[in-house]
Amino acid sequence: MSRSVLSARADFPILNETVNDHPLVYLDNAATTQKPEVVLQAMDDYYRHYNANIHRGNHALAARATQAHEEARAKVARFLNAEDPKQIIFTRGTTESINLVAYSFGDTFIHTGDEVITTQLEHHSNYVPWELLCQRKQAKFQVIPFDENGELNLEVFKSLLNERTRIVAVNQVSNSLGTVNPVEEIIRIAHAAGVPVLVDGAQGVQHLERDVQKMDCDFYAFSSHKMYGPMGIGVLYGKEKWLEAMPPFLSGGEMIDTVTSSSVTFNVLPFKFEAGTPYVPGQIGLGVAIDYLETFDLHELQTYEDGLLQYGLEQLADIPGIVIYGNPKLRSCIIPFNLEGVSAYDVGILLDTQGVAVRTGQHCTQPIMDALNIPGTVRASLALYNNKEDVDALIKGVHRVLKILKR
Amino acid sequence: MTTITEIEQSLIDDFAVLENWEERYDYLIELGQNLPPMDPELKIDDNKVHGCQSSVWFAIRCEDEKISFQADSDSLIIKGIVAILQKLLNGQPAKAVENADLTIFNTLGLWKHLSSQRSNGVTAMLSHLKAAAILCQAGAAKLSSVDAVAGA
Repeated sequence: MSRSVLSARADFPILNETVNDHPLVYLDNAATTQKPEVVLQAMDDYYRHYNANIHRGNHALAARATQAHEEARAKVARFLNAEDPKQIIFTRGTTESINLVAYSFGDTFIHTGDEVITTQLEHHSNYVPWELLCQRKQAKFQVIPFDENGELNLEVFKSLLNERTRIVAVNQVSNSLGTVNPVEEIIRIAHAAGVPVLVDGAQGVQHLERDVQKMDCDFYAFSSHKMYGPMGIGVLYGKEKWLEAMPPFLSGGEMIDTVTSSSVTFNVLPFKFEAGTPYVPGQIGLGVAIDYLETFDLHELQTYEDGLLQYGLEQLADIPGIVIYGNPKLRSCIIPFNLEGVSAYDVGILLDTQGVAVRTGQHCTQPIMDALNIPGTVRASLALYNNKEDVDALIKGVHRVLKILKR
Repeated sequence: MTTITEIEQSLIDDFAVLENWEERYDYLIELGQNLPPMDPELKIDDNKVHGCQSSVWFAIRCEDEKISFQADSDSLIIKGIVAILQKLLNGQPAKAVENADLTIFNTLGLWKHLSSQRSNGVTAMLSHLKAAAILCQAGAAKLSSVDAVAGA
């Protein structure tokens, strides 16, 4: 029996904070979400009761920490419906996961004259690693543009795919516009041409379906801190055939099998890609965040979040001089806007004085801002603990901003 | 001429009579709206300050070892900050600009955290003005692009 989403708010102690003498209204969830009490407790418990380095000691604490670490991996595997836990690589976050693939897959499979396709809707973390890879390899960097609705043009994608294409990288949800990309269709098209696909799930994993087998993606990357887990831990899922064929990214302890002065052999998956002491409390916290997220029915969660998003979009649309960016058929939890003749920065500052936290600027998506020919946007982004009162506070706040700026 | 410290005190007094953040921002924005327009030929990429969340253009001159500058921004709040900096530092001896120890941005009651000063460009603009003041004393008439020092 799953819990009602409406009960979630009480699970997040930080939401009781006061900011600038106002109750906190946290609408910067695409940057990072807040953490429920159970996650905070689990990490505290780890350091208080069983902190030890894993896979190394033969004492009780080491055994317990190792078990918790591997249980967290198994939990992530089940959460993503991965074939096997060994396909779950712990990283520091989405950025490191994508860099791992860009370096390790890139060095093995991409050569001079090959091509890499990404999209104009990407966060810099799923754009720059590929751009730099192409520079290193003298490969061609191809970008699928988005249209006036903020949706990817799949006809252009089809025309860019060719026998030199080695990988396609696309996000599940745009962090800047909130567009839900048709990743399953993109994967089907790419696979028909024999090309693997990496999906950046940073903005999708906490809101949408994340079944990697159903999606049939070759790689899936996400961060714990955007899905109610701790910062500093993330995941790369990969299909076994690719992970087996790829060389290690970082080297050192844990990832080796045998070491002599003349040769090194590598450990098996997933350890081959996990050099050094891992962030065990982060992995435990992520595991608990997954448990937490799974106490809600995904369908109910989506219905709730979509309803709140539509309410926000409708309320904002009534404000004079507002421009809301993108009009995709499917949008997830992100409202990007500007007020005519007002810098996004001023809106952010003046909302903050009223306790409303949003993000302003380019959101690590300069290609999107360039395409829209704007310096930045105000971005309000939702999570499961937000409610109508939060959206109302935003609307009221924006009206007050307009009054102060005499617009 | 009035010293930087004296001007600073009178600005702090002006803000002190305002009762809440809304009135203080109102006043800051009014200062920004009254900022003299920047010469359009100075609004070039070379004069853009990096390290700010919004677009800021900044051009400094040195004449008779005195500092003067023009600036513009798409943010009214930042224009207000620029207006305060102009009141404080425009036409002041380069030596005084170099040695200025401003506390006004901590006392206005608008920014509680240092990181806000970084994002609104106060840190970048001040470090650039101070670097320019040093060059000015060394005899440079036209001061170089802002990029070298503005990354603060």
